[in-house]
Amino acid sequence: MHIVTATDFQDWRDTARRFLWAEVPPESLRFNRIDGQPSLFDGGGVNALPQPLGSVKRNAVPRPFLSLAETVSFHRDSGRWNLLYRILWRLTHGEPNLLEITTDDDMHRMATMEKAVRRDSHKMKAFVRFRKVDRDGVEHYIAWHRPDHRIVKRVAPFFARRFKAMHWTILTPSESVVWDQKTLQYGSGVARSEAPDSDELEELWLTYYGSIFNPARIKTSMMKSEMPVKHWPTLPETKIIDDLLEDAPRRVQEMIERNEGFQRTATDLIQSQPELSQRLDGVRELAQQCQVCDLFRESTQTVFGVGPTTAKLVIVGEQPGDSEDLAGIPFVGPAGQLLNDALQQAGIDRSSVYVTNVVKHFKHTTTVTPLGKKRLHAKPNAREIRCCKPWLEAELDHLSEASVIVCLGATAAKALIDPGFNVTRQRGQVVSTERCNQTIATWHPAAILRTPDKALRLQKLQQFSSDLALAKKRLE
Amino acid sequence: MSRDVQQKLEILADAAKYDASCSSSGSKSTRAGSQIGSTEGMGICHSYTPDGRCVSLLKILLTNYCIFDCQYCVNRVSSDTPRARFTVGEVVQLTMDFYKRNYVEGLFLSSGIIQNSDYTMEQLTQVAKDLRQKHRFGGYIHLKTIPGANEKLIEEAGMWADRLSVNIELPTELDLKQLAPEKKKPEITQAMHGIQEKIEETKSDRNAGYKPPSFAPAGQSTQMIVGATATSDDAILATADELYTAHELRRVYYSAYSPIPHADAALPGKSPPLIREHRLYQADWLLRFYGFDVDEIVVREDRNLDLDIDPKLAWALAHREYFPIDVNRATREQLLRIPGIGARNVKRMLSIRRHHALRTEDLKKMRVVWKRTKSFVITADHNPSLGDLDRQDLRQLVTPKPKQLTLFDAFGEALKGEF
Repeated sequence: MHIVTATDFQDWRDTARRFLWAEVPPESLRFNRIDGQPSLFDGGGVNALPQPLGSVKRNAVPRPFLSLAETVSFHRDSGRWNLLYRILWRLTHGEPNLLEITTDDDMHRMATMEKAVRRDSHKMKAFVRFRKVDRDGVEHYIAWHRPDHRIVKRVAPFFARRFKAMHWTILTPSESVVWDQKTLQYGSGVARSEAPDSDELEELWLTYYGSIFNPARIKTSMMKSEMPVKHWPTLPETKIIDDLLEDAPRRVQEMIERNEGFQRTATDLIQSQPELSQRLDGVRELAQQCQVCDLFRESTQTVFGVGPTTAKLVIVGEQPGDSEDLAGIPFVGPAGQLLNDALQQAGIDRSSVYVTNVVKHFKHTTTVTPLGKKRLHAKPNAREIRCCKPWLEAELDHLSEASVIVCLGATAAKALIDPGFNVTRQRGQVVSTERCNQTIATWHPAAILRTPDKALRLQKLQQFSSDLALAKKRLE
Repeated sequence: MSRDVQQKLEILADAAKYDASCSSSGSKSTRAGSQIGSTEGMGICHSYTPDGRCVSLLKILLTNYCIFDCQYCVNRVSSDTPRARFTVGEVVQLTMDFYKRNYVEGLFLSSGIIQNSDYTMEQLTQVAKDLRQKHRFGGYIHLKTIPGANEKLIEEAGMWADRLSVNIELPTELDLKQLAPEKKKPEITQAMHGIQEKIEETKSDRNAGYKPPSFAPAGQSTQMIVGATATSDDAILATADELYTAHELRRVYYSAYSPIPHADAALPGKSPPLIREHRLYQADWLLRFYGFDVDEIVVREDRNLDLDIDPKLAWALAHREYFPIDVNRATREQLLRIPGIGARNVKRMLSIRRHHALRTEDLKKMRVVWKRTKSFVITADHNPSLGDLDRQDLRQLVTPKPKQLTLFDAFGEALKGEF
C-alpha cells in the first residue's frame, strides 16, 4: 500500500500520473487526509516514487475528465483524491466511456462533488458583499464570505476580471485573497471580526431591496433555496426580510383597495339610456346628470357643446370658464369673444360651427379679493380629462359631416391628436387622426389673452387667425 | 448619497417592480477596455427577495412621469402615484456604487415617456453611454426602448447596451386598443424588426471578418402582460411564437397582471394568476426547446392551458396513441415528449444507452420525475406501471399534488432544463 498526499490539483495530477504509469491499482494507493501539507515527493521524497513499467501503453486521459477533476479538487471531502484516482484508473483500464455513464456510482459521486463546487463558486460570485474603507485616501473594498469549499483560488480570477480597477480583499475562514490591480495574493483564513462591518451605501441598498419586492407574490421557500440561510449573516439586505414579510399583507390590501377608477363612467351613463343617446340632444340631456368625477360639485352646470349636427367644422376647447359655467354655453366669455372675432375674420359663420370642450365642467379655485370672491380657472388633470372623454366621443359620433376639427390649446390637442403634443412647436399643421383626417391645433384664445408681452400676444393672435383661415380653406 | 436620491430610489424602484425580466445572461465577453465590470455569458443573481425573485440588476425607472395612459400601468398619466425623476448622473453614480460593492450585475433601465419618445430615448441612452465611456463600465446594461423613438436613437442605444427590449405589452392588437390605446402593434413590431435587422447586420459583418461595433450582444426580449384581458392562452402563445420566429427574440417574459395601487376599477383587483403564468413559461419552453408546435400545445377546448398539470403531461394524456415510448430505441424528438423528462436528461439518456441498455433504475438515478414518467415508457427491464397507460383514471394517477407556484419556480426549473 502506497500512502501519499496531494496539496492541490496540480500536485495530485503529477502524483497520480506517476502511479498510473507504474500500474499501481487504486486499491494499493491511498491519498491520506492531510490537506495543505507538502507532498511526500517534494524534495527528498522523489525516490519513493514507483518506477514506470516500460511496456505499459499510456492510454490517453479524456480532456473533460481533467477539467471535471480540477473542479472536484476544490471540494472539502478528503476522499476526493482517491475517488479521482479510481476514476482515472477505470478510464484508462477498459472503461474509456465511463464519463458518459452518469449513473455509475463513482461517476455519480464525482458529479455530485463537482456540482457542489460549482454551486458554491456561483454563490461566492453572487454573495460577496464589498464594504468600502478609506486607507490614506485610497479606496479599498473588503468582503468577508463563508464558502462551503476551498474555492477562493478558483473564484478569485473572476473578481480580478470584474473589479480590475479596484483594490479589493476577500476574506474567508480558511483562505483569503488580495487584489492590488495587478496581481492576486493568497493568504490564510481570517475571522469575521477582522472585516469592516458597515458601508455608507448599505441604507440605499436596503431601500432598493425593499422597494423592488412585490408584496403581492410571496415565495420564501424559493428565496431560501437560492439564497441559503448560512449566507444571510454577510448579506446586509437580509436584515429587513422579516419586516418586509410582516408588512406584505397590509400592502397588498392597500394596493387592491386603492384603485382609482370611476365605478360609474360616462360610458355607463350613455349606455344606460340607449333611446336618449341615439340623438345628440339626448346625449346633452344625459350629460347634465354626469357626476362621474368630482367637478360637478363646484360647478353650476354641465356645459355641453353647441352647434348644428350637420356642422362641417368642429372646434374643441379645454373647459368652460366662469362665464360659460353661469351661462351653460361654451365660449361666451372674453375668450369666446376673441374666438368669434377671429372666426368672422376668417369668414366662418359661428352658427355653422359645432363648439365644445374636452371637459364639460368648470374647474376653479376661489380667491377673495377686495371686490369679493373670484373664481379662478384651474387646469383639469388627466383623470378628469379621461373621465369626461366619453362625452366628447359621443358628440363626435353624432357629427357625421365634420371634415375639419380645430383643437384649441394643448389639452384638446393631447386628447385628440397625440398625448405628447406640443402646441408651440406643432400648431398650424394639418394632421390625420383616428377621428378626422384633417385635424389642426392652434392656441387657446384664453392663452392669447393671458400673454403679457404685447408683441408676442399679437404674434399669437396672427397665428390663431391664420390657423382658422387654414381650417376654412380645408373645409372647401 | 443624499436623502433626495434615496427617496427617488424608493419611488423609481417600486415603479419598476412589475417588470418581470431581470435576466443578465447572454453577453459572452466583456467589452474591451473595461475597468469595472464584466459579462461572461451566465448572469448572476446577487440576491433574492421574499417574493422568490432574484435581484440581478439594478432595475429602476429613469422617471415614472408618463404622458401615456395605459390602464394596466401604475405610471399612466391619470394615476396619482407619487412621481420622481432621476438625473442621468444619479443613475450612473448609483449603478457604479452598487456594482462596486457586488450588489448587482448591472443596470436595467426603463422609463415613463416624458416630453416625447425621442427625448426619453435620448436620456436612457445617455446613461448607458456615460457608464461605458466615462466610467469604462463593462457590466450588463439592459435598456428598454421607447415605442415610437427614432431608429437612429435605438441604433445608438444598441451600441452601449447588452440587451434591448421593446415591450409587446399585451398579447393582441385588440387588447392594446382596449387598455393601451396610445400603443400600436405595428409601431412595436417595427421597432423589434429594426433591432433584429441591426443585430443581424452586426453578425454578418463579424462573420465577414470586419470588426463592427457591438450591438445588443445579448439580443432582445419583450414582456407581455397576461390576465388583464380575456385573451386565451393559445392566442398568447401564438404571439410569442411569432416573436420568436419572426423577430428572433431571446426571451418573451409573461407577467401576470398584478394588482397595482392606483389601479383603474376596470381591472381585476386580485392577486395575479401565478399558476397561469407558470404554465405559460412551461409552454414557452416546449416551443423553444422541445420541438412542439404552437398549435398542439393547448389541448383544451377553451383554448387555455390546464392549470392542474404541466402542458407536456396534458399533451401526453391527450395523445396516448403516441406512447409507450421505448427509451432504448426512441429518437431524441420522441424522448423529449415523455412527461417528467427534461432536455438535459434526454441528452444523458442518449449517451448512456450507447453503452448499456437503460433500465428503470437508471432513469430513477437520473432523477426524472418517475411518478409521471413511469406510465409512458418501456425500459430494458419490466416496468409494471406501463399498464396504467390504458386506465381511465391515468390523469389522477399522474397529477402532482397541488402546491402554490410562482413565476420563479419556472425560472428555477427552466435553468435545470426540465419540469
